[in-house]
Amino acid sequence: METKDLLIIGGGSAGMAAAVGAYDRGVKDILILEKGPFLGGILNQCIHNGFGLTEFKEELTGPEFAQRFITQVRDRKIPYKLDTYVTSISKEKVVTYMNGVDGVVEVQAKAIIMAAGCYERNAGAIGIPGDRPAGILTAGQAQLFLNEYGCLVGHRVFILGSGDIGLIMARRLTLEGAKVLGVAEICPWSNGLNRNMVQCLYDYDIPLFLSHTVTKVIGKARLEKVIIAMVDEKKNPIPGTEREFEADTLILSVGLVPNNDLLDKLGIPTSRSRGALVNEHYETSVEGIFSCGNVLHVHDLVDNVVEEAREAGEAAALYLKGQLPAHKESITIVPGNGIGYVVPGKIDLADSGDDLVFKFRVRQPSRSVFILYEFNGVIIKRIFKPVIIPSEMEIEKLPKNILNSNQGTITISLVDKET
Amino acid sequence: MEDVLIIGAGAVGCFIARSLSRYELSVLVLEKENDVGDVTSMANSAIAHSGYDPEPGTKKAKFNVLGNKMMPLLCQELDVSFGKVGTLTVAVDDDQVPLLADLLARAQLNGVEAKLLGPAEVKALEPNINPAVKGALLCPTGGIVNPFTLTAHAMENACDNGVKLHLSETVLAVSRLYDHYVVKTDKDTYEAKVVVNAAGLHADEIAAMIEPVSWKILPRKGEYYVLNHYAPGLVNHVLFPLPSAKGKGVLVTMTTSGNYLVGPSSEVIDDKEDLATDTPTLASVRAQAQSLVPNIPFGEQIRVFSGLRATPSTHDFIIEASQKYPDFINVAGIESPGLVSSPAIGEYVAKDLVGAVLPLKEKAAYTKTIKKYVCPLSLHRDERNALIQANPDYGEMVCDCEKVTLGEIKDALSRSVPCLTVKALKKRTRVGFGKCQGGFCQPKVVRLLADYYHISPLEVLYDKSGSAIILDEIKKEAK
Amino acid sequence: MADTNLICINCPRGCHLTVDEHLNVTGNFCPRGAVYGKQEVTNPTRVVTSTVRIDQAELALCPVKTAQPIPKKKIFEVMASINEVHLTAPVHIGDVVIGDAAATGVAVVVTRNMEKIS
Repeated sequence: METKDLLIIGGGSAGMAAAVGAYDRGVKDILILEKGPFLGGILNQCIHNGFGLTEFKEELTGPEFAQRFITQVRDRKIPYKLDTYVTSISKEKVVTYMNGVDGVVEVQAKAIIMAAGCYERNAGAIGIPGDRPAGILTAGQAQLFLNEYGCLVGHRVFILGSGDIGLIMARRLTLEGAKVLGVAEICPWSNGLNRNMVQCLYDYDIPLFLSHTVTKVIGKARLEKVIIAMVDEKKNPIPGTEREFEADTLILSVGLVPNNDLLDKLGIPTSRSRGALVNEHYETSVEGIFSCGNVLHVHDLVDNVVEEAREAGEAAALYLKGQLPAHKESITIVPGNGIGYVVPGKIDLADSGDDLVFKFRVRQPSRSVFILYEFNGVIIKRIFKPVIIPSEMEIEKLPKNILNSNQGTITISLVDKET
Repeated sequence: MEDVLIIGAGAVGCFIARSLSRYELSVLVLEKENDVGDVTSMANSAIAHSGYDPEPGTKKAKFNVLGNKMMPLLCQELDVSFGKVGTLTVAVDDDQVPLLADLLARAQLNGVEAKLLGPAEVKALEPNINPAVKGALLCPTGGIVNPFTLTAHAMENACDNGVKLHLSETVLAVSRLYDHYVVKTDKDTYEAKVVVNAAGLHADEIAAMIEPVSWKILPRKGEYYVLNHYAPGLVNHVLFPLPSAKGKGVLVTMTTSGNYLVGPSSEVIDDKEDLATDTPTLASVRAQAQSLVPNIPFGEQIRVFSGLRATPSTHDFIIEASQKYPDFINVAGIESPGLVSSPAIGEYVAKDLVGAVLPLKEKAAYTKTIKKYVCPLSLHRDERNALIQANPDYGEMVCDCEKVTLGEIKDALSRSVPCLTVKALKKRTRVGFGKCQGGFCQPKVVRLLADYYHISPLEVLYDKSGSAIILDEIKKEAK
Repeated sequence: MADTNLICINCPRGCHLTVDEHLNVTGNFCPRGAVYGKQEVTNPTRVVTSTVRIDQAELALCPVKTAQPIPKKKIFEVMASINEVHLTAPVHIGDVVIGDAAATGVAVVVTRNMEKIS
């Protein structure tokens, strides 16, 4: 069987950055496996700008950002295969991939980095009541149709979900001649970046209905009407608050989910982010299998993805040199009150660098609160946050010496100022 | 002049066509939807019932049991996934236990193998069953089947043997002229010696074109949850509650593709076109299912859907020539256990009813099998490599979630039953059936269909007429 | 003239700005916010991103953007001129496809390398 030091599953922003991270730490025997016809992943269809402000100190469009990393990969002559689909991974790190030229190939990898990105929550998953007409699709689907195929999915569009993809598509569709009738968001707050509220909704007078959801879709063959209603604190529709829109298209922007099947099949434990449970080296419960980017937890900014992926690549490089010690699982990190998920799920103090890095999201927007770090029941840090929202991932660094032991549990929670 | 004109290409129409295709007869099938098996036949529990449930002596009982016996061989001939997993009808409180004995007696009268199990035995077979289980009726001959390919492959076999199929054609009027029938559709007019009415939900309307009928078809809606493939073993058999006047109740089952199906509800409605799902009904389905299996992972939901049963006002299948004419044959009210009964109904209608009015001369060149569909993922690595070397399309993944390759899609497009819509391709190959529900692959499928049929993406339909996915092109000014 | 409240769109922070009648900006985290605040109140501008038709490339569309922000009121005029463009591969990031879009003085440039296919 063929062997490879490092196999990277996914040639998007995470896969490319991980490859570069590993290469620059001395790993040369790398292969990136990408299912699509191009490197760059989802960035290729994100033709809008807003990428790269941290990474490159420039504001780039998706394809431009992708090209920066494609160039880095090509300059280093890191091998990659396109139109290549990974059908399985084994716990012994045998990766099986397939394409029309090589057929089915099994490779024994010494290390694997999972960088397979995410997929969109869709109408089926949320079970929108009503008919089953054509014209209901996800924002990413509409984006692909529009930006790659030049196809407009509808003329009168309603959008469910105020996540960034939905807001970006509101503007995109308006610019291409569609009428966007409104955006409904089930939470009392918007889930997109402020800047997108301005440049995608306010700029085009597209109304935003907070605390609303779609309660019925009507249409025999093609969508004809969307009915929305206000919801209460339990997110249940309030009768009598319905509004109707004559829309031929409903676009859903209701969340992204890590595309983690390959690792799920191995029974590798997952965290509440729905990606793999990893330690501070982005290593899963199987030594030498790493995860990074949106397949680990869904990011808001590609700049954070590439930073994380580079670190995962560097960790894989250390692993391959035998410099990443075997798992000891000494400290567990638990999302506490008000926290949706935390990455990493485990830390080994002996191996960590000087800083402990925590990435997490809160469950709901809050003002004047503290993020509380408790270690074995004792508060070790309290950080004041004037504003904190779920749609922005928090990245917090704490010095390693803040912990007085290398066993136990760190709990991160959200508390009111008064507590 | 056709020998036989069949109205409707659901499971029943397809199997009647297949049974007739063995004989030297010219057979035409007219289907109003854009695909075969596009109404009730694609929205059901996908169960090959064993036959313990129908009242003994009814047509339902007769054809259920016959059909169930035909399934294993038939599914081999037609390359259809079939799993003889067995069914368990479960009692969850003491009041229900005597009813199990009644069901056992009924099974025996119907000639169906059945056995009563005590609670410990049930728990051993089904670790996730409601711990309050009091007993169950095990019917080992019951199973699960792929309803989409059962229907489509039966019709493919029929077409391979010379049956003509017209999709997207609606019958508007049927009248008798001397010794034959004139059938007028929205596209053309045909003449036929024999008409078979297998028009499902609309069978009463078709029947009434020839003579007044005393029976009616009532649409009875059932709503379902579909759960993703995930760790196997939630249930090992098809689980039923005790049946009631409303029907067999909410079942929990795996499907031939490794998903789980939970449902259906049961509600007679007015509108034969109403396929809407609603929250209260689904909540009720959920609650009922949880009384069988308390820990169903509803978080793994990938879809909800509803189907309409063609419920006959007579409560039994209507499979008979019309009052006036022995050559106008009604096959109506084929609600549950319709799917498993359809091959047996097909044989009976062909041999006994059509055979009563037309000579049945066997074709010399008749084949009862279809060309097997290649499923690359089920092959060993070397076989797969040989396949991909011969045809690189089998190495190109189109649907990541369900692992469907371009080769399989092109194969489906090339068969004698056309795949005109996105939904048709979905039913044949599973492309778009997975957790992302076509999020990644639907644009590719639209483009494949546009290229194959040399049409614009704007003309590609999801399923029904008017269900275009793309409404416009952009940058027309640049052309 | 009363104060104007705005959200800065320069970066994902989205600072809430207040601009008074003398064009003094408060609430900005960085100097770019002050620039944005003044600009938004006097002459709001936006970068426009879209696609144009392209021949002889692997895809039928090529992504483009205005090289600088353009006056917000001219967005649809700029779109109209973008919609008429028809490119032929190969094209490279930064190639100018419209020198001056809708008399804004701003160019429209390619944002993706697209090679010619045979």
